[in-house]
Amino acid sequence: MESSLDLPPDEGDNGKTGHESGAEGSVRLEGVTKKFGSFAAVKDMDLEIANGEFFTMLGPSGCGKTTTLRMIAGFEQPTEGKVLIDDVDVAGQPAYKRPTNTVFQSYALFPHMNLEENVAFGLKRKKVGKSEIKKRVAYELERVGLSREAKRKPAQLSGGQQQRVALARALVNLPKVLLLDEPLGALDLKLRKGLQVQLKNIQRDVGITFVYVTHDQEEALTMSDRIAVMDEGRIEQCGGPEEVYERPATTFVAGFIGVSNLLPAVAASGSEIKIDGGPTVSTPEAADFSADERCFAVVRPEKLTVSAADEAPSDRPSVDGVVESSLYLGTSTQMVVRVADDVKMTVLIPNASEAERHQLPGGGSRVKLVWEPDHMHLTSESPEESASADTADVSPDNEKEGATA
Amino acid sequence: MTSLRQRLIPYWLLGPGLLWLLFFFVIPMYFMFELSLKTGSLETGYQLTWNWSNYADSISEYSTQFGRAFYYAGAATVFSLLIGYPLAYAIAIKGGRWKNLMLFAVIAPFFTTYLIRTIAWKTILDDSSIVVDALKFLHIVPEDGRVLATSGAVIAGLTYNFLPFMVLPLYASLERLDLRLVEASKDLYANSRATFFKVTLPLTAPGIVAGTLLCFIPAAGDYVNSTFLGGTKQAMIGNVIQSKYLVINDYPVAAALSFTLLVLIMLLLMAYIKFAGTESLMGEEDEVK
Repeated sequence: MESSLDLPPDEGDNGKTGHESGAEGSVRLEGVTKKFGSFAAVKDMDLEIANGEFFTMLGPSGCGKTTTLRMIAGFEQPTEGKVLIDDVDVAGQPAYKRPTNTVFQSYALFPHMNLEENVAFGLKRKKVGKSEIKKRVAYELERVGLSREAKRKPAQLSGGQQQRVALARALVNLPKVLLLDEPLGALDLKLRKGLQVQLKNIQRDVGITFVYVTHDQEEALTMSDRIAVMDEGRIEQCGGPEEVYERPATTFVAGFIGVSNLLPAVAASGSEIKIDGGPTVSTPEAADFSADERCFAVVRPEKLTVSAADEAPSDRPSVDGVVESSLYLGTSTQMVVRVADDVKMTVLIPNASEAERHQLPGGGSRVKLVWEPDHMHLTSESPEESASADTADVSPDNEKEGATA
Repeated sequence: MTSLRQRLIPYWLLGPGLLWLLFFFVIPMYFMFELSLKTGSLETGYQLTWNWSNYADSISEYSTQFGRAFYYAGAATVFSLLIGYPLAYAIAIKGGRWKNLMLFAVIAPFFTTYLIRTIAWKTILDDSSIVVDALKFLHIVPEDGRVLATSGAVIAGLTYNFLPFMVLPLYASLERLDLRLVEASKDLYANSRATFFKVTLPLTAPGIVAGTLLCFIPAAGDYVNSTFLGGTKQAMIGNVIQSKYLVINDYPVAAALSFTLLVLIMLLLMAYIKFAGTESLMGEEDEVK
């Protein structure tokens, strides 16, 4: 990716660290395992992050995403395996020798220095010339819109401003890889939305590889080029936002990204599956499963339509159920329909008009859930099944992973 | 009505302390100042004669002891800092589950009185003690030399006695140190050395300032250590004041010396705080918003 930005020219740098380009930086993990005592936070992980990519590691608390990030940064050393940055194995190297910079969840701004000094910290350690430091720091503070606050101390800033300083302090060094550990986690929703867009734009501008850690699926879907969905120290699926949302590889991914709508089914011969207590549906994906193998059909809530139970069957697949609850969400209505004893489906119905809304079936009514065959996707059960718990609503403030061990 | 009561609360809280200081500090200080300007003797009584020469004479006569007091106290403070900082760092950051036990070990000497501990040191450093034999064997002390009644012995005693006053404030500030800042520093290309001098040390400066003050001020006025561990050549200004008051009964000169010591310490203190920066005394939490 081209750096389209008029970055201040590199002068006066004695080339001690020699990675001033900021335009390259691939990361590769090979068989990486990290153990804290007997607990394995990361298990035999392989991962490849391309140059200039916005890559997100997404998962619940304790899934190993922060530990993985800390191994790339050099705060933790892998118990086994290799960490390669631009094909150089950096495992064993301390953080200060690695061409990476981190934006911390807590920002970790130095309270005894003003913003300028904070941002200049890394360049000073690299012995960059004074005039160049001044230029680059001013440029970076300008970029995050904090030039006027340059002489202030971090404690005099709001959370959102501190977050931007943390970003500037990392970016000013033009690292090969920028690591972001839930950088927006401590901010309120509105601010977060704005900064998501800003971050994405900045990444596009500078072309630096971003490795982003979050437990917020929406954030991941909005910003990332690719997402690795993680659980219990392993990657469950790695792919583009659309891929992980539309075609979740496992029940865990289906449950973690979006609302889990899983219909247990069994693969029949050839290109058909038989949904438990429901119809037989023909789908090309059935070929991925052997005959009689258990699988799950995933249909996203917005892809389901509700019709009366006695409506004439169409050629589209459907299941019968009982409405359990109906919740008004403003732009849509969320309906939970019990299909079997332990199977519940969530349906999102866009709210067009009030009149239409009043015609929706109420609690206790029998309904039929209908979908297009194209909108159904098959997944296999996650190896260590834990997706049954509703993992989707991890609260944002309890994200402290095994790193303290 | 409640608002008046609420406004009075701070004064009620301040009251006991203020009264205490008034009766046992301000008033005695006034009488001592008056005394320092009197002439006379215990037998004939003292008259206020505004005898400022008490100051001029005593300062010129005992300048050596003043100098020695500040030299010994300064050296003891520096040694306490050099020993205390790594100690406090280890306890606060690497201590883990041993933290409380190690802190207890730092405070444990307080369970014995100051005097007894110093007399114990006299025994330890005595000419015939095993410690001195060992030092001679290692050629740290010459064969015919002695440890007791040297400047080294007095400074060692002061260092030992005031070390906990250095360690505790240092521990408190190191304990509060946000280790994520240390991590951020390493992330920004600072090796351990740069991280220590640019991040850890400045952030623990309030502890260093508090520790050095708690160590230096009492050490400068101390006379117990030089009484037991030093000889006449190690006399500090505290020894002079003690003997003027309690042996020679020359009260006006003793009072003048005490006042001079007080003023000198205060001047030194002000210079030090100016040098160290008030910011480090205030800590880093000067939040505006």
